[in-house]
Amino acid sequence: MTALSGTDLPTPGLRSGTESVPSLPEGAAPQTGKDFSSDQEVRWCPGCGDYAVLKAVQGFLPDLGLRRENIVFVSGIGCSSRFPYYLDTYGMHSIHGRAPSIATGIATAREDLSVWVVTGDGDALSIGGNHLIHALRRNVNMTILLFNNRIYGLTKGQYSPTSEPGKITKSTPMGSVDHPFNPVSLALGAEASFVARTIDSDRKHLTSVLSAAAAHRGTSLVEIYQNCPIFNDGAFDAIKGQGDYKDGKADAIIPLVHGEQVRFGAPDEDGRGSKVVVRDPASGSVRVALASEVDESAVLVHDAHDPDPSTAFAISRLTAADYLHQAPIGIFRAVERPTYDDQTRTQLDTARQEAPAEATDRLAALISSGDTWTVV
Amino acid sequence: MSSQVQKQVKQLDRVIIRFAGDSGDGMQLTGDRFTQESAVFGNDLVTLPNFPAEIRAPQGTLPGVSSFQVHFADHDILTAGDAPDVLVAMNPAALKANIGDLPKGATIIVDTHDFSARNLTKAGYDANPLDFIGDAGSELGEFAVHPVDLTGMTVEAVKEFGLSRKDAARAKNMFALGLLSWMYGRPTESTTAFLTKRFAKVPAIRDANITAFKAGWNFGETTEAFAVSYEIKPAPVSPGTYRNISGNLALAYGLVAAGVQSGLPVFLGSYPITPASDILHELSKHKAFGVTTFQAEDEIAGVGAAIGASFAGHLGVTTTSGPGIALKSEAIGLAVMTELPLLVVDVQRGGPSTGLPTKTEQADLLQAMFGRNGEAPVPIVAPQSPGDCFDAAIEAARIAITYRTPVMLLSDGYLANGSEPWRIPETAGLPVIEPSFATERNHVLKPEKVLEDGTVQPEEKDFWPYLRDEETLARPWAVPGTPGLEHRIGGLEKGEGHGNISYDPGNHDFMVRTRQAKVDRIAESLPPLEVDDPSGRAKVLVLGWGSTYGPIGAGVRRVRRAGYDVAQVHLRHLNPFPKDLGDILKRYDKVLVPEMNLGQLSMLLRAKYLVDAIGYNHVRGLPLKAAELAEAIGNLVADAEGITVDLTTSTVEEIS
Repeated sequence: MTALSGTDLPTPGLRSGTESVPSLPEGAAPQTGKDFSSDQEVRWCPGCGDYAVLKAVQGFLPDLGLRRENIVFVSGIGCSSRFPYYLDTYGMHSIHGRAPSIATGIATAREDLSVWVVTGDGDALSIGGNHLIHALRRNVNMTILLFNNRIYGLTKGQYSPTSEPGKITKSTPMGSVDHPFNPVSLALGAEASFVARTIDSDRKHLTSVLSAAAAHRGTSLVEIYQNCPIFNDGAFDAIKGQGDYKDGKADAIIPLVHGEQVRFGAPDEDGRGSKVVVRDPASGSVRVALASEVDESAVLVHDAHDPDPSTAFAISRLTAADYLHQAPIGIFRAVERPTYDDQTRTQLDTARQEAPAEATDRLAALISSGDTWTVV
Repeated sequence: MSSQVQKQVKQLDRVIIRFAGDSGDGMQLTGDRFTQESAVFGNDLVTLPNFPAEIRAPQGTLPGVSSFQVHFADHDILTAGDAPDVLVAMNPAALKANIGDLPKGATIIVDTHDFSARNLTKAGYDANPLDFIGDAGSELGEFAVHPVDLTGMTVEAVKEFGLSRKDAARAKNMFALGLLSWMYGRPTESTTAFLTKRFAKVPAIRDANITAFKAGWNFGETTEAFAVSYEIKPAPVSPGTYRNISGNLALAYGLVAAGVQSGLPVFLGSYPITPASDILHELSKHKAFGVTTFQAEDEIAGVGAAIGASFAGHLGVTTTSGPGIALKSEAIGLAVMTELPLLVVDVQRGGPSTGLPTKTEQADLLQAMFGRNGEAPVPIVAPQSPGDCFDAAIEAARIAITYRTPVMLLSDGYLANGSEPWRIPETAGLPVIEPSFATERNHVLKPEKVLEDGTVQPEEKDFWPYLRDEETLARPWAVPGTPGLEHRIGGLEKGEGHGNISYDPGNHDFMVRTRQAKVDRIAESLPPLEVDDPSGRAKVLVLGWGSTYGPIGAGVRRVRRAGYDVAQVHLRHLNPFPKDLGDILKRYDKVLVPEMNLGQLSMLLRAKYLVDAIGYNHVRGLPLKAAELAEAIGNLVADAEGITVDLTTSTVEEIS
C-alpha cells in the first residue's frame, strides 16, 4: 500500500468512487436539489434531524454531476430508512439491517451505479451488525450514512446499541445495563477504508464529509449524529452548544482535519484551541492535554491516510461513552485499498477474455465436458 | 492383460454394488470412477452416495463409514436399488454397518488387512466374523464371502515408488476398483486418464494409484478366488451424446444456461451449507459466462445480495438447504413484495434444525409454500432426477423472470449427490427467456392538450412501477440506469399501479389478492400433466414430486409386471398446481402420495382438491425403497379393485 500521508482529500491520483458512473452530458442543464426531491410527502416528526440531512443530501447530490438514474439509495428499517422515498433516484427500502447486503449485490453487479445506504444505529449496529462489518472489511464501493440518534425511534423509544449505560427507556425502567458501541471504533476495528463522523445540524461539515465519502472508492462509513426530538431530545446538545451546553461546543467537539494538529477547546491568545490531543508515550494511545502544558511538537497531527488504523482508533476512543460531552468530528480514516466489487468484476473480465467464443457455443461445450459417450 | 486362468463369464441384466469403507478411504471416489466406467460402457445406472456429516469421523468406527452404491443394468432403471448384490467392505466397521442391507446370497469382498483386534472392537465385534466364514448360522453364513488382503497386495504392488507405507496403503481403493472393474468387464481407460490428470503434480502418487488399479484387475484375472466374471450389456437408450451427471452439477449448469438463455448475468449470493455448496463451487468456475458468485457472511446476506443484483438487472440466485431457507424467509418476503425475479434453491436435507446434513428428505415443501409472514405466495418447482435438475433450473428461471417473482427450486440431498447418465441437450432447443426490461414511461400523467392559443401541450408521462402486464400480472422491471424510470420500491405495502406506500385497507386487500392471482396465473403457462396409465383401467393413482420419481416409477413397474393396473403422475410444479390436476385426481378411486416427509403434498392436495390422498411416508434420510413401495401400491390396488394382489409373480430382477 502506498503511504498517503500529506495528501489532500480525496486521495489524488487514485480512482474516484464515482469514476465509473456516467455523468451528465455536456451542456445539460445543471441539476438542483429539486431534481432530487420525489413527489412523496416527507413524514418525519417535526424537528427531526432527518430533515436537515435530507436537505443537505438533496443539495449535495447535484454537485456530483452524475446522471440521476445512475444513483441508487438503499435503506433498512427505521425512521431514517424512509429516506429513499424522498429522493427522486432509484431506491429500495428493504428489511431490517440488510441494506448493506442488498447494496453489495447492486454495487457488485453494476459498476455504473453510485450506491448509497441509509441506516440507523439500531438498523446498522443491532440487527444488521454482521452485514455492516462485512461490508466494511470487503470494501464494496458504496457510501453508508449511519444516522445515530442513540435511541429506537420507530418502535417508540427503547434503548439502542449506542445508548449510554444507565439510560432510562421504555424497556429499561431501571436503566440500561448494555455497553454501547462506538460506531467509529467499530468501523475502524473492521478496517473500514473510510470512516467519518459529522452532525445533522452542521450542513457545511456534513456536505464536505459527504463529498469526500462519495469520492472515496470503497465502503465509506459516515456516522451522522442526529437528534430525535421525541425520544432522545438533546442527546447532542453538548456538541451542538445548545440548551444547558450553550457555551460548551468548543470543548465538546474535537475537529479532525487531515494534516493539521488536533486542537479544540476555548481559543488561547493566538486564537488556537487551548486543548490538544497528544500521544501517551506510556500506552501508545492518545489523550487530551492542555496546550499550555505540552510541547508544540507533541501535539498529534491528524493523518487520515495512515495505513495503520491504530491511531485513528485511539482518537475514536476520545468519544464520550456516556452523555456525549466530547466527540471527535471529521474524517478519521481515508485509505485506498482494493474494493471487493472492482476485483470481482476484474475476475469476470479476465475469464471472459480467456473465453472469447459465443456464450451459446461455450454453453454447449460446458454441458458436454467430461467423459461422454454417443449412442447412435 | 492376458489371462492365465480360463474363467467363466456369466451374463447378468443388472447389478447393485456398494463400496464401503472409512470416510478417509476414498469410497466416494471409487464409486464415482466405477460409475464413470459403467456410464462410458453404456449401462443405464443410478447412484446413491451415503456419507457421514463428519469430515473424518474417528477411524474404524461405525459413524465413520462412508459408502457409495451404484446400480447398473442392460435396461432402463430408475433407482439405486434397494439391496446390494455385492458389498466391498474395507474394514470391520464397513462390514458391520452394511451387512444388514444385503440379501441372502450376496457377495461380500472384504479387505482382511484391517481386521485387527483393535478395529474389530471399534466396530463392535466380539470375535472376528471372518473366522467363521462358511459356518452355517454365523453372521456371514448366508453370503459368498471373499476375504482378500487388498491393502497388503496394494502395498506390495506399489513398493517400487518409494512411498511411505501409509501413502502406499491409501491406493487400496484403486486396487479394489481394479478388481471390481475386472469382475464386471468395465473399460479402464477413463480411470487411468483420470488418475493421470488428478495426480499430475505428484508422479509417485499417480503411478502408485494407476499401478494399484491395474494390480487389482490382474489379481481378479489370475486368482482362483474369483472363478467368474460378469457381463452386463449396454442398455438400449435413445440416440444422443451422454454423460454422467449429479444433480448439483446439472443444477449449476441449468443456472448457467438460464443466464445464457435470458441474456442476463447470473448473480449467486450464497453461504456454504451441505448439501448445496457444490453449486456455489461449480458456479464460481463459470465467470466467463458473466456468473458472479458472492460468498456472503451469512444466509441472509446471500439472499440480500441476490435481491440487490436482481434490482440491478441481473438474475439473482441464492442456494441453500432447509436451515438456510429459514434464515432467508424475511428477505424472500421482500422479493415477493418488491416483485423482483429471484431463484431460491433449497437442496433439502433431513430436518428439523441441523437434522441430518448429509441425508435426503422432502420435508421443506410446506416451508417453501408457507414459510413467510403474511400472504406471500412463492412458485415452487421440483426436479425429479439428477439430470432433470438442469431443466428444472431453467424452468424456475423462466417463471421468476417472466412473472417477476421469487421461485423456490426444491432439490434434495439424494438428487444433489446421486448421478445418472444424462442425454446432453442441444442448446438450440433450450427455451429462450425474455427479460423485457421496461424502457419507457408507462403512465399518462397529463394527456395532450390544445391550449387556447392553439399550441399543443404534449402528453406528459410518468413511470408507475406496479402497473401490471394484463396477461401475466407481472410488473415492469425497470433497472437503475434507465433514464426517466427512477422509482422506489420496498417492503411496505404498495399502492396499486403507482407503487407508492399505501396503508389503504382496500388497496391492501386488492394487492394481497393480486400477488396471489399472479402466482396462480403461472398455471396458464404450464403444459398438461403426463398421466402414465397404460391400460387406462387403473383405479389407483400414485402421485409424487421430486426425487421420489425413481422409486415410485420402479414400484409402479413392479405392480404392472405382476399384472395389475396402476397410474402414475409426477409433479414438477408444486405451486401453482397444473390446471388439470384436479380433474385427474377425480378420475381415480384411490390416490397414493409417497413422500420422504410426513405427508406435506398430501396435505396440500387434501386442502385444495378435497381428495382423500393417502400418504406413504418415510423419513429415514434415504430414498424410498421400491419393493416396499410396490407392496403399498399393491395393497391399495387390492383394496380399490376388491381383488387379491400377489406381487411375487414379478421377479426380483424386475423390481429395478
